[in-house]
This record gives sequence, C-alpha cells and structure tokens, in this order.
Amino acid sequence: MKYVILKKNKLDEFIVNLSKQKKVMAPVSKGYNNYAFEEVTRGGQIALKYIPTILPPKKYFMPQYETVVEYDTKDGKQNMEAIVEYDEMILFGVHTCDLAGIQSLNVVFSDRPKDLNYIIRKNKIILIGLECNDYCDEHASCKLVNNELPNGGYDLFFTDLGDFFLVHVNTWEGENLISLTKVFEPADDIHMKKREKLRAKKREIFKNEVKINPDQIPDLFDRSHNSKVWYKLGERCLSCGNCTNVCPTCHCFDVEDEINLDLKTGKRIRIWDSCQHESFAKVAGGENFRRKAAGRQRHRYFRKFKYPVDKFSRYFCTGCGRCSRTCMADIRLKETLDDLIKESI
Amino acid sequence: MKREIIRNSEFEVKKGRIVSTRQMTKIEKFFEIALADEEPLGHDPGQFVEVSLFGVGEAPISIASSPTKRGTFDLCVRAVGKFTNALHKLKEGDEVGIRGPFGKGFPVQTLEGNDLLILAGGLGIVPLRSLIDYVRANRRDFGKVTILLGCRTPKDMLFGDEVDEWNKRLDVNFSCTFDKADPEWSGNVGVITSLIPGVNLDPEHTYAVVVGPPIMYKFVIKELLAKMIPDTHIILSLERHMKCGIGKCGHCQIQGIFCCQDGPVFKYSELKNIKGAI
Repeated sequence: MKYVILKKNKLDEFIVNLSKQKKVMAPVSKGYNNYAFEEVTRGGQIALKYIPTILPPKKYFMPQYETVVEYDTKDGKQNMEAIVEYDEMILFGVHTCDLAGIQSLNVVFSDRPKDLNYIIRKNKIILIGLECNDYCDEHASCKLVNNELPNGGYDLFFTDLGDFFLVHVNTWEGENLISLTKVFEPADDIHMKKREKLRAKKREIFKNEVKINPDQIPDLFDRSHNSKVWYKLGERCLSCGNCTNVCPTCHCFDVEDEINLDLKTGKRIRIWDSCQHESFAKVAGGENFRRKAAGRQRHRYFRKFKYPVDKFSRYFCTGCGRCSRTCMADIRLKETLDDLIKESI
Repeated sequence: MKREIIRNSEFEVKKGRIVSTRQMTKIEKFFEIALADEEPLGHDPGQFVEVSLFGVGEAPISIASSPTKRGTFDLCVRAVGKFTNALHKLKEGDEVGIRGPFGKGFPVQTLEGNDLLILAGGLGIVPLRSLIDYVRANRRDFGKVTILLGCRTPKDMLFGDEVDEWNKRLDVNFSCTFDKADPEWSGNVGVITSLIPGVNLDPEHTYAVVVGPPIMYKFVIKELLAKMIPDTHIILSLERHMKCGIGKCGHCQIQGIFCCQDGPVFKYSELKNIKGAI
C-alpha cells in the first residue's frame, strides 16, 4: 500500500504536467448543479466538489457513437476491416459510484464472447478517482450498494483533506504518473489520521435510507415481478430513454451502417440504444415483446438489481442517482424501491 | 483519435457468395451460400447467422440446412423490412456478409435414441429443416420420427418438393394442415394443434421439437402436456431481435436470458417460469 500527498497548490502543476502527456478529462461546471467530464489543461478548470456529471465516464469507455467496421462494396464486394478507435487519456476526478459503473461495464464486455472494441479502449484510459467527502444530493443511494468508499478500479485515488490530497497509488501506471510529474510528497501518519477522521465522519453522513438489507434486494425483486408498482411507473414513464443514457452501467446498443457519398464505402457504427424505447424488443414479424412502458421499466430495474446479481454477483446500480435526477416524469429510484418494499410486507 | 485494425473482432464479417436462389412463395426466397474458400460454416442444426449487406445493415437469419450438407448452407428469408427486401434483390454470384453461427441449436445429442415429434408452424419449417435433414442423414440414430406441418394456405407452403418426399418416405410419419384451403384440398384443415391429439406416441421416449410464430407456442405446449410429454422433452426455438449475436446489445433479452447466446433453442422446463418468454 503506497500513499503520497499532493498539496492543493500543486494541483494546477500536476494537471498542466499531465495534459502535456495525454488528454486529461475531468469534471467541469456547466452552470448551476450541472457538471460534465470534459478536456482540461489547468487545475482551475476542474470542479473538485461536484455532484454526478450529466453523463457518466461511460462515454469514454463505450462512446455514444463508435465505428466498429469500415467497409467497401466496390464491384459488389463485401470488403471490410474491423477497427477500434480510441483516445489515450487520463480521467481525473472519478467518484466511487462511477468507478463501480466502469467495473460493471468491464464485467459485461469481458464476458465471453468478448467485446474487443471495449477491451482495447479501456486499457488506453488511466483512471484517477476522487473521494466524495459529502453526500451529493437526495437522489444518491451509494450507501445502499456500498459504493460510498472505493472498491478498487482506479490507478490513483485522491482524497481531498483540506490543503492537500492524500493519494492512494494502486497500480504501476499510477506509480509512473507520480514519478513522472514530480509534484508529490511522501505521506506520513498525520496525513493518514486525517483521512481516518474523514471516513469516521462519512460513516455518520452516509446512510442507507432505503429500508432493506441490500442482501435481500434480489429476493425482493423475485417477489415483485407482478407488482402494481411497475404499472404505476408505466403510467408515468414517457419512454424517452434519458434514464438509460445517463446510467453508468446501461450498455444496450444498436448497430447501423453509415454510407459515404460515393455510395460504395462507409462504416458500421455502434450507437447507444435504450430498452425504454417502444420498439426496442420488436422483431421483424411485428411482434413486440415489451410493448408497454410498465414492462420496460420493470426490465430496467431488474437489470440493475436482479439479473446481474444472478449472472455476475454484483448490482448494476451504482447509487449515483442520475436516473432519478434526469427523469422528466419524476420517477425516483429510491421511491420505487420503497414502494416495492411496502407492497411486499 | 487513433485507429487500430482488430483481428477476431466479433463485428468482423465473412464473405459469403450466393450459389443459387429460388423464389419459394411471393414473399419467401431461398438462398444457398458458400463462404470464401469453401470454409465450412461449422454450425449445429437450429443455430442462426447474422447476414450483412454493407450500407443496408444486418439481420439474424435461421440456418435452413443441416451441417451434414457440406460446402454450402441454406437460408430462407421472408421479405418484411428494409434489410430482407434488399437481400431479395440479390442473385446468384452476389456477395453477402456472414457472422456466426450463433446461439445454442437443437440438442441433437439429447434427442439421439428417442422418438421425435417435430412441429413446424409457418416459417418455423425453416430452422426445423436443418434438424429434419440432419435426422434424415443420421436416420438410424433416432426412433420414430413424426413431422407435423401447419401453414396458412397451400400457396404459403415452403419446401413443397421436400415435403412431398417426407410424405413418401416410410421412415417418417408426416401430416400437414392448412388454416384455410381450396375446395380441391382433401386433407386436414385447421390449426396445427388439431393434429396433436391424433398422434400415437410414447411420451417417456418422445421429444417434441416446436418452432413457429410466437402465438403458436402456448397452444401447442398445452396439447403436448396433455399427451403426457414431460416439460423437459419439449424443445422450442424463440424468436427475438438478435441484433449483435454476442449477448451484449440487449435487444433479445428475456429477463436474465440472452436469446442469442443462451438460446434461441430452449427446453420448455427452462422457460415455463420465465414470464414473457412464451
């Protein structure tokens, strides 16, 4: 376990230094209570205290629009090359909920058959986490899924302790950044104690407000397949797909061809799709297997709290609260869970 | 942005050449396809491929031929949308892209040694033809074989010449029925379920293999269970939108199951408690 510290007044030097090597992406303010991961070149651009960004860092791992094949149909041939496009980058300031989101995506795309586009791109991104000292807002439920503290998934992890950051060095790549940038100092017991104090305080602040032992959630869902809660959600849901777009673990996609003006060459692209869209489970013969919004909402919740637990032994809800924050029909994740619990008693 | 060529990408498309085509009905067309260098497709009966036409897209299509047929494989495609209509315009010698085969096919190792009751409704005959031809090529490995076929009208019948041959063979029991038929038709009229009660079978040693439109399953399963066939002996192939074929895109998901990888062929015992599957 190696720890170092970075004095706050050296953050700018650190970011300037990093950005000379690779693109650096970090949360920046986009107006009141809105944040986004964007490229930065100075420490001052970064919002160190931020609530979850509009889109999670998923957008760098699984871009909204991605070329998977380039093709050429000259002379009636089906010539092609499978490709991956990527940017080498350093992601700075990733909260623990979003680190968990990236871990979920890693699990999905490295499960066989493997998705090489994802796997290759993932290893071009260096991850620097940032601890949440405080609860972000009423939509967060990170304590429910135990994501208020880091569970790995980063190269370096920063904890803001006033006039310095305590930094956990987790990987060789992280170690390299430390030695390359030369702005870090060794950490001692006083620094470590300060973090212990913060974490003790966090235990007071971060509470699971959903009245269920997390271990019992899959069982709750087992009993809730025919719940009225889904029909109530279905009546409100606009099927816009905002909740799945902003979810750090949602990864459904569509594949389309984009043809160039020569009408011969083009590319096959992967774009984000949403299981909330009306036609998502429709087949060519016309049958639609999730015709109603209620069934689609149920499917979304089961994809967070039940199916991935059976398959990968982990929740695909990271507790970030984005789906609740963005929903135009005020569908709130914690409320839904509360309603399911109430109904099941 | 950097760009790298990936080898063994799941999105890689193999070249297939159309060896022959045949218009089978007004809306269904038959394609015989060979991969480059006569590379075998390496499929099991009941699996599917993603057929690709660059600039148009991709669609999951059932393989209609048995792996015992070497060198080429068959597809039978109904023109229903943009992709399938574009595919119908192709002719002998044209190229298509192929990914796959994908999914789990009919469990022929489990079926071996047992009697088979094969039920095909409408387009369901297409994937079942891969099994029927496999069974014909390995006929002595199976017990009694009964094929029940249901079509809307005689005009909609696919593989009519082959059906005639099954009808003539002594080692296959064959019956068919039409939802509606001309006055000249002297055979059965009605839905496929009406044929099941009349079949003479030994339920403990019979496997029923059913493929048809989604609406058909409920009714057929009810009749099969009434014949005392155990739910582990009822084999179904489900229709879903298998967009990627690799269990990632989510379109074909039924609860926790990804139809493209975990299926499309399932035992009824695996599905009966999964709401929305049937």
